[in-house]
Amino acid sequence: MRGALSFEAVSRSYGRTAALRQVSLDVRPGEFLTLLGPSGCGKTTLLRLAAGFEPPDAGRVLISGRDVTGVPAYRRPVNTVFQHYALFPHRTVAANVAFGLEMAGLPRSEIASRVARVLETVRLSDLGDRGIDQLSGGQKQRVALARAIVLEPEVLLLDEPMSALDRKLRREMQVEMKHLHERLGTTFLFVTHDQEEALAMSDRVAVMSDGRIEQVGPPEEIYERPRTRFVAEFLAVRNLWPATIGVVALGAAAVTTDAGLAFDALDDGAFASGERVWVGIRPERLSLDGAGANRLAGVLEDEVYLGDSTHWRVKVAGETVIVAEGMLAPSRRRGDVVTVTFAPEAVLRLLDSPGAR
Amino acid sequence: MRRSRGLALLLPAVVALTVLFVLPQILMFEVSLGRRSAHGGVVHEWSGANYVRAAEPLYAQIFGRSLVLALATTLICLAVGYPMAYWLARRVPRRWRGALLVLVILPFWTSFLVRMYAWMFILRRDGVLNAALSAIGLPGLDLLYTDAGVLLGQVYGELPFMILPLYVSLERLDQTVLDAAADLGASPAAVFRRVVLPMTAPGALAGSLLVFVPSLGAYLAPDLLGGARTAYIGNLVQTQFAVARDIPFGAALSFVLLLLVAATLVLARRPLPGASSAGGQQ
Repeated sequence: MRGALSFEAVSRSYGRTAALRQVSLDVRPGEFLTLLGPSGCGKTTLLRLAAGFEPPDAGRVLISGRDVTGVPAYRRPVNTVFQHYALFPHRTVAANVAFGLEMAGLPRSEIASRVARVLETVRLSDLGDRGIDQLSGGQKQRVALARAIVLEPEVLLLDEPMSALDRKLRREMQVEMKHLHERLGTTFLFVTHDQEEALAMSDRVAVMSDGRIEQVGPPEEIYERPRTRFVAEFLAVRNLWPATIGVVALGAAAVTTDAGLAFDALDDGAFASGERVWVGIRPERLSLDGAGANRLAGVLEDEVYLGDSTHWRVKVAGETVIVAEGMLAPSRRRGDVVTVTFAPEAVLRLLDSPGAR
Repeated sequence: MRRSRGLALLLPAVVALTVLFVLPQILMFEVSLGRRSAHGGVVHEWSGANYVRAAEPLYAQIFGRSLVLALATTLICLAVGYPMAYWLARRVPRRWRGALLVLVILPFWTSFLVRMYAWMFILRRDGVLNAALSAIGLPGLDLLYTDAGVLLGQVYGELPFMILPLYVSLERLDQTVLDAAADLGASPAAVFRRVVLPMTAPGALAGSLLVFVPSLGAYLAPDLLGGARTAYIGNLVQTQFAVARDIPFGAALSFVLLLLVAATLVLARRPLPGASSAGGQQ
């Protein structure tokens, strides 16, 4: 049980704004779980409840099987890496890392050796005597990480720790963070609004919206089989339509969108004839004049060149369909008549999220 | 080109300070080297005699008393002002802070002289304080014309200068840094001692200087609440100019006071232990 973290129906409001609505979540020992969502979805509040910086209005928080709901932050076996690092400006790098060990009352020699070891882990051995204001953003990030892991917490909480780093550094840190997690075996609860970051690092991702968890699952599942309209939209499913299901037979469901687009979806048993649903298709699962059982004629309206792909906007029967193509097709022009093609498997059946608009 | 334009921005201040401060100081220093004429004028015959006289035990003792007054004022202001600034900056809801800060500086709206007279009215034997004490059956206090009365008036007058810089440094303190300390196992008392205090030490130092320096040369509180004895430097200097009419000696005493202030500022420039980046594992 060491390293397990559970939220049992926790709620939290700020004035009249509900930040968390009866959220339950079990983080398994040693797991890397990411809370993913837009700002204001409640992900940071959930993290703060785990750290003990604020109490839930209702519900319980359990760490390693122990109820810590009323336990103050300084008595919890968790440590936090803060969004803007929150390093002690009046202490050196080594003294920042040593702070928690000093608070634990460890002997000086042990503090020194543990600080040295963890600085080596985050590759900052040479900077122990530096002041905080002499560090780059990436180095501060490492100090914050070292300061939190030196205490060997049962759960490590990370609150958007890379949001202040530039893109290249962020990619590097993602890899390092993942390796660190594998080496330490500590439970990581990671908060981010960056879907790529969440997918690249996590064992499981919990997508949050409006104080609720929309879906929890491995990255592939979240990406390939989003359950709700919100999750699909947040994970870049650009084509989303309200639709009505027609005949369901022989593993196929006939879908007609409200604007009149008609195509087949692969039926995995979830579709019911006559129901109103949302459907979604990723732009990269569509092609122009390619293969696929669904073939819809349309007119090219616009294009956005993105380097590794081109996004075409195609007008098809009153809907605008966004198609991503890997290679630039120089022969195509705006106004050309094209056929949008896709397989029935590409169609996602989505629940309408209460939080989505 | 750009450099000369930058200096041009300084010009008004340089001119004003030269004419109104530096030149008078030079003249005063010249006077301090002279001696008093029979009729209270200045004889411009240079010697260090006035400075030698200032070091005589009688005067050295008065400098010592002033140092003690300034030190006591500073420490009491720190002890009273820190909790108050902490409360203002970190406990009071944001929307009330502005109004409460105005209350802190409200006393400046009336003259210090008037406020000292008010204190005389409060502290004298048949004053407000003793009336209140006897009303609840306590013995009266004779604070007026005592050193305790002077200290009280001085603390009262200087307290806002301690509170304001402390407020600024406490208000600027990042809550997440305090959260981080708690997260790393620091109890509320340890957070205060190991993080809040060292991080607000520069504010405490600034406030202490703002209180200490004027307290060293305090004149009005000693004069009115201390009973016009020449017990502190400020009154001693005033007496030399206005009563004894020994202008050269008064000037020399002012320069000794200036030297004390300068020495204080130099000492304060040294980084505080624990406030520097080297404040690691003490």
